[in-house]
Amino acid sequence: MAATLRVNPTRMELTRIKRRLVTARRGHKLLKDKRDEMVRQFILLIRENHRLRLEVEAELTTALRNFAMARAVTEPELMEEALLCPARSIDVDMGIRSVLSVRVPTLKTDEGDQQTTLSYGLAETSAQLDGAIESLAGLLPKMIHLAEVEKTCDLLADEIEKTRRRVNALEYVMIPQFQDTIRFITMKLDENERGSLTRLMKVKAMIQERAEIG
Amino acid sequence: MAKITMGAVGERDAVLCFKAIGMQVIPTETAEETTRALFTLTRQGVRVIFITENAARAAAEAMERYQGDPQVAIITIPGSTGAQGYAMSRVKANVEKAIGADILFGNNESQKEG
Repeated sequence: MAATLRVNPTRMELTRIKRRLVTARRGHKLLKDKRDEMVRQFILLIRENHRLRLEVEAELTTALRNFAMARAVTEPELMEEALLCPARSIDVDMGIRSVLSVRVPTLKTDEGDQQTTLSYGLAETSAQLDGAIESLAGLLPKMIHLAEVEKTCDLLADEIEKTRRRVNALEYVMIPQFQDTIRFITMKLDENERGSLTRLMKVKAMIQERAEIG
Repeated sequence: MAKITMGAVGERDAVLCFKAIGMQVIPTETAEETTRALFTLTRQGVRVIFITENAARAAAEAMERYQGDPQVAIITIPGSTGAQGYAMSRVKANVEKAIGADILFGNNESQKEG
């Protein structure tokens, strides 16, 4: 049983706490709905996150293995020199959207900008390097999508945890507390009423007795 | 919508190739270097940073700092030795945090193990 609030047992307090109980119940319902919807969206997103991550990890491991092979057959200085000045730039737009009042990023990559111009001379570098960079460039839109989805999942998971705590606090602490306090005040007021009624009856009986004697 | 740049942090072998596709790359070896690299990149306005698993594991504290920031996404990628499951464990941790138990991917693993 939740502890009652420390309040004066008056009618004014009773009205005030009844009003707070109504607000708490409405807030609880809203937050519960919010939590349910967030969990629904989260499940969709986390499935996509899982799928994307598996794909990106597999493809990236292959690309990095190719790159390691290319490094093995190229002089380290030549490799550094080849990669020093990238010919390609990534065009990514970042925005913010709101998922149930959680601010999450949106990343948009320009799909048309798929130039895979290599920034180095082909004479001194190996073909593996070209292949590795090509596959990495091809993987980039997927990586950007993964970044967006994973960040959204991170933020949603945090918010769901917070909302769940709020829902539980309202459901198991605040609402029972208000209910107990209302019961306490009602009983106290009833008790006072009974007390005053008994007193009146007693006084009336005493007056009657005195009148009879007189 | 604002144009952003991307970056990569981690072991030299793994992140150097990202330079070729236009990312800002900082090769690191220790946790301090990784932390410093993350701060440097975010200060320079890099909004999406790919970090290798080993570096991410070492600099978990620095990554924690950007967890609640919607403007900066730090994404773990496998290093040159391949995926070690650290990034996937973070995905599962997210599921556990949000739902309370790993009900989505837990079954698949136990089936595989079985």
